[in-house]
Amino acid sequence: MSRFRQLEDFQPEAAHWELLPFRFERLNGKVLVTNMVGEHLILAAEEFDEVAEKRLPVDSALVRSLRAKHLIRQAGDRSPATLLALKTRTRYRRLAESTGLHIFVVSLRCEHSCPYCQVSRQSSDKERYDMSPEMAERGLEMAFRSPSSAIKIEFQGGEPLLNFGLVEEIVRRAERRNREEGRDLGFVIATNLALLTDEILEFCARHDINISTSLDGPADLHNKNRPRPGRNSWELATDGIRRVREALGVDRISALMTTTKASLDRAREIVDCYLELGLHGIFLRPLSPYGFAIKTKNYSAYDAERWLDFYREGLAYILELNRKGVMMTEYFSAVILKKMLTNREPGYVDLTSPAGIGIGAIVYNYDGSVYASDEGRMLAEMGDETFRLGHLATDSYEEIMTSEALLAPLEESFAPSAPMCSDCAFEPFCGSDPVYHYATSGDFLGRKPESDFCRRNTAVFKHLLGLYESDPSARSTFLNWAGR
Amino acid sequence: MITLRGRSAAFALEAPLSRAVWMLTNRETLTPQRRGRAFLVEDGEEPPDGFDLYCAVDPERVPVGKPWIALPPLLRHLSAGDVVSVSETGEHVRVLWRQESPANSVLLTERCDHYCLMCSQPPKEREDAWLLDNARELIRLLPPSTPGIGFTGGEPTIYGDRLIDLLCLCRNLLPEADVHVLSNGRRFADFGFASAWAGIRNPRMMVGIPIYGAEPTLHDYVVQAEGAFDETVRGIVNLGEAGARTEIRVVIHKQTAPALPEIAEFIARNLPFVDQVALMGLEMIGFARANMEEVWIDPVDYRAELSEAVSLLGKRGVRTMIYNHQLCLIDRHLWPFAVRSISDWKNEYHPECSRCGVVERCGGFFFSAKYRHSDHITAIPSDALTKRDVLHV
Repeated sequence: MSRFRQLEDFQPEAAHWELLPFRFERLNGKVLVTNMVGEHLILAAEEFDEVAEKRLPVDSALVRSLRAKHLIRQAGDRSPATLLALKTRTRYRRLAESTGLHIFVVSLRCEHSCPYCQVSRQSSDKERYDMSPEMAERGLEMAFRSPSSAIKIEFQGGEPLLNFGLVEEIVRRAERRNREEGRDLGFVIATNLALLTDEILEFCARHDINISTSLDGPADLHNKNRPRPGRNSWELATDGIRRVREALGVDRISALMTTTKASLDRAREIVDCYLELGLHGIFLRPLSPYGFAIKTKNYSAYDAERWLDFYREGLAYILELNRKGVMMTEYFSAVILKKMLTNREPGYVDLTSPAGIGIGAIVYNYDGSVYASDEGRMLAEMGDETFRLGHLATDSYEEIMTSEALLAPLEESFAPSAPMCSDCAFEPFCGSDPVYHYATSGDFLGRKPESDFCRRNTAVFKHLLGLYESDPSARSTFLNWAGR
Repeated sequence: MITLRGRSAAFALEAPLSRAVWMLTNRETLTPQRRGRAFLVEDGEEPPDGFDLYCAVDPERVPVGKPWIALPPLLRHLSAGDVVSVSETGEHVRVLWRQESPANSVLLTERCDHYCLMCSQPPKEREDAWLLDNARELIRLLPPSTPGIGFTGGEPTIYGDRLIDLLCLCRNLLPEADVHVLSNGRRFADFGFASAWAGIRNPRMMVGIPIYGAEPTLHDYVVQAEGAFDETVRGIVNLGEAGARTEIRVVIHKQTAPALPEIAEFIARNLPFVDQVALMGLEMIGFARANMEEVWIDPVDYRAELSEAVSLLGKRGVRTMIYNHQLCLIDRHLWPFAVRSISDWKNEYHPECSRCGVVERCGGFFFSAKYRHSDHITAIPSDALTKRDVLHV
């Protein structure tokens, strides 16, 4: 007789388990179950019924998986609650930091005239469309009021290089101020690179400034999307990307693409174009429903389904490249995978809950108006000031951060308490986007069955989960993306 | 295999020894220091005066008129700087410290509230707090430049505050030492104890705690104790919260090998704040030999699970290491994770290894591998290595 007891002796004596909070979604005859923080398990339909009706036998192998994923607990278990609480705290940790991204619209002027652009003016009226040094100073004051240990200042437009003098001024003042503040201070210029000079590059190198640019894909597509005098937007952008890589470093430049109807059949070519330029990441973005995009009917030109085909094709190609050993990241997937496979919240403004408006990123417009998000100011350009939080000249930090214009959309859109989101299995991967829903359906919450935001994200979650569960090489790549 | 204890070949003490722990000194390392020092008589010459104990290597050449023992024959490897404990009568000698060894581990107790299927140091339920006293004496004798010290059991945390005191002494007297303590972690479920532990504030100290499952049933079965998983996991969380450095150790055997990916997933998701995870090969001694049937698995049979576990952990930023594995038994892309971790006194190689091109970097075998080792030990000739493999080893 052995002194050692058997595995069965350590099973719970009776099926005295309690269900821990979980949500589920039926998928092709199986059932996806997610716990409070988004850890998932895929069950057979019969298994799921046994769990839900609490008639799972004690010796079922499933009991162990369910306990490991904190979907059930045995009376007396204390660690599941401890760990769920710890993971939940970790997910929401960024809230204590508050606003980290401060967007300065230093000029609304631009030499491009992109039909999908939400916010730009072709004008030489500097007085009217450039930010004044006084507003910039007040903006900085506001930015440093944020309790965030990291402050990123992003220069936007229009085309910020048209008012580069002010960019230099803000960078210098912020750095001077930061000698006392000791924050983790960073700068980004969002530019089309058409006006890039060696002097600008030198300034960026000296002050560790990152560059974010626009690149829609191959030359013909890009130049069609992004007209400018000389029809050479692509040539200038790609030349600029090469120069930035060499002058600042390969990690210091990223590019954003805007998807238009003309992009939809060209996913592979677009990825190739990025790769050719040494850009090892791409954001397969849907077109946003704001500004001129709505006016010019660009937005309704295709629906969520067509974009999904485009996304899936692009992602498949990117995974194929990774299998060949080529490092290429699809950033939208990477954000979601980080939420699916880790407890870290990437804080991506459009996919976080509570929403990232105001408390993740905030916009100081050229005229001193403060907006809850970039999309919020786009709506304002169309005459709707819903997301205007105040003005740098007249409102204090406290007034702006506690304004009803900010708190109401944050509270009303909070996904864990939003109808249909609160019981959605994908909620931990998703977010709330009050600006999108306001723009498309007139209220911050939106009606989820009609929401393209919901339709698109749900389909992306299912697609990513499916690949993660069925394709070992995709799984390996996804783990790389999630861990970064 | 180096022997670490034995019975003196001869001993002539007029009075019982006044202390148990002695550091050996020889003619080359002779200083005016005498307290706690024993003189190692390596030649026939008259040894210096003033030592309370003389240890003769050769029983034919012992000092006259002085308290002496003749070392056990198998302990003649002892040299200056080594520390031994000697029983009152001089009969029993046990090696506590080998100056030359890069990994000295000090046994603090044989008592334990676990009864692990594969325990290499089967617990004994008897009072042995003298081991703790010996450890204190040992620490007092070691030079402040000592690079590292390990404490093991049994379960060292049964001493509670007395263990904390020992580790404070260690911090104060051995400021340069990496201190590693092995514990089952359950005591740390008491946040007060975890805080006291973190309060030692030794940045070089780490506690290694085993996890054998992603849920209670498997873990509790492996350690043969109900409620263990729940306490150990809460203990690790408390250590993280208190700011103590923690290592999770997963010993891989027949019961845990199939669960490696889910254990890795559990750690990556729930305990990613730990400093490192060690995935460890089984040492075939103690209960592991008695339970051979339940625990033995050939490492080639869990290659895939090991790779998956390393990937699940490593890619999410958890520092991961593979201990006690022969390089020929794991996937080559795992070589950078493999650590030479077998204590020198236990380490052996297989005849096949003499033809191997990576033997220098291989963990080798436990001495106990003679009882059971993989059937797939295969030399990797140097010319079969790619440039990348060479870089990785």
